[in-house]
Amino acid sequence: MSILGFLNKRASGSVARERLQLILAHERAESGRPDLVITLREEILAVIAKHVAVERDKVKITLERGEGVSTLGVDIELPLSSANTLTAQKQKRAA
Amino acid sequence: MAKVLVVTSGKGGVGKTTTTAALGAAIAQGGQSVCVVDFDVGLRNLDLVMGAERRVVYDLINVVNGDAKLNQAVIRDKRLDTLHLLPASQTRDKDALTDEGVARVMDELREKFDWVICDSPAGIERGAQLAMRHADVAVVVTNPEVSSVRDSDRIIGLLDSKTLKAERGENMDKHLILTRYDPARADRGDMLKTEDVLEILSIPLLAIIPESQEVLRASNLGCPVTLNNPLCAPARAYADAARRLKGETVPMSMPSDRKSFLDKLFMRRAA
Repeated sequence: MSILGFLNKRASGSVARERLQLILAHERAESGRPDLVITLREEILAVIAKHVAVERDKVKITLERGEGVSTLGVDIELPLSSANTLTAQKQKRAA
Repeated sequence: MAKVLVVTSGKGGVGKTTTTAALGAAIAQGGQSVCVVDFDVGLRNLDLVMGAERRVVYDLINVVNGDAKLNQAVIRDKRLDTLHLLPASQTRDKDALTDEGVARVMDELREKFDWVICDSPAGIERGAQLAMRHADVAVVVTNPEVSSVRDSDRIIGLLDSKTLKAERGENMDKHLILTRYDPARADRGDMLKTEDVLEILSIPLLAIIPESQEVLRASNLGCPVTLNNPLCAPARAYADAARRLKGETVPMSMPSDRKSFLDKLFMRRAA
């Protein structure tokens, strides 16, 4: 394995953590247990959906607990067409 | 006032029976009376791990059905006067346990012992739910591995909904024991870290049990690891867990068998 490959390889432990966070958030929601990440995901999705058509599985929300501070990561993949509409709307407004 | 503790996990093979025997022996060593109860009807193993397999006459089902008295079925440990075992039946299945029968036996156990430790069967069905039903405290045993963590999450959900304590609207006291932990692999990033598991399951940590050959050695010999080799890393971790369960404050450390030169020197002097 090259040195670069070694550096790029992600530690499997953190992959495990992310996979678990995602699946458990869903399973808790299904079993009726409140889950912060799922609640946030649904509400953020509702706000975005008012303006842009987004696919549900293109939204990734992660909650990372660090020492003293937690970070909420929202990663939304917008379809190209809707991204264009957004720019178009912005340009119209600017004009 | 007796305390009923359930050792549960959802997934099989993560160390419930080892943990039950080790915690039971560690608490009994402190002088309090303990009865470990095998709820794995049809697949009993606590008797083997405790080294009492040839002394079983009556079992939990016999007592539940009223065919034997509790003191006829309970086996006193040969090494520790304060440690007792109520074995499960090997020939029946979990449907042979009735809700009322189990409730009656648990009441009787509460009167006779300071601690009742229930070894839950794997799974989330009736057997596992009966084992946790009467508990005041739950110990969730988890390996730092995705399927074990996922199953533990399910079990935590059941502890918060299907137990008598939960039905009364009280909070079930839950603790995590992380077993088969390999600090070197976790440091390399190749294993879920303790913090990861704690963050995902969000229940307090009771102990980290390092991966160790001593666990298999103890079960080969039919002796709880805390009695077989009290100085080995897993035994010390279980002993600390027992003290925490009794309400003592014990700083969390990662017990290790690898000793530095100074440690070796110190150990030799102390011995």
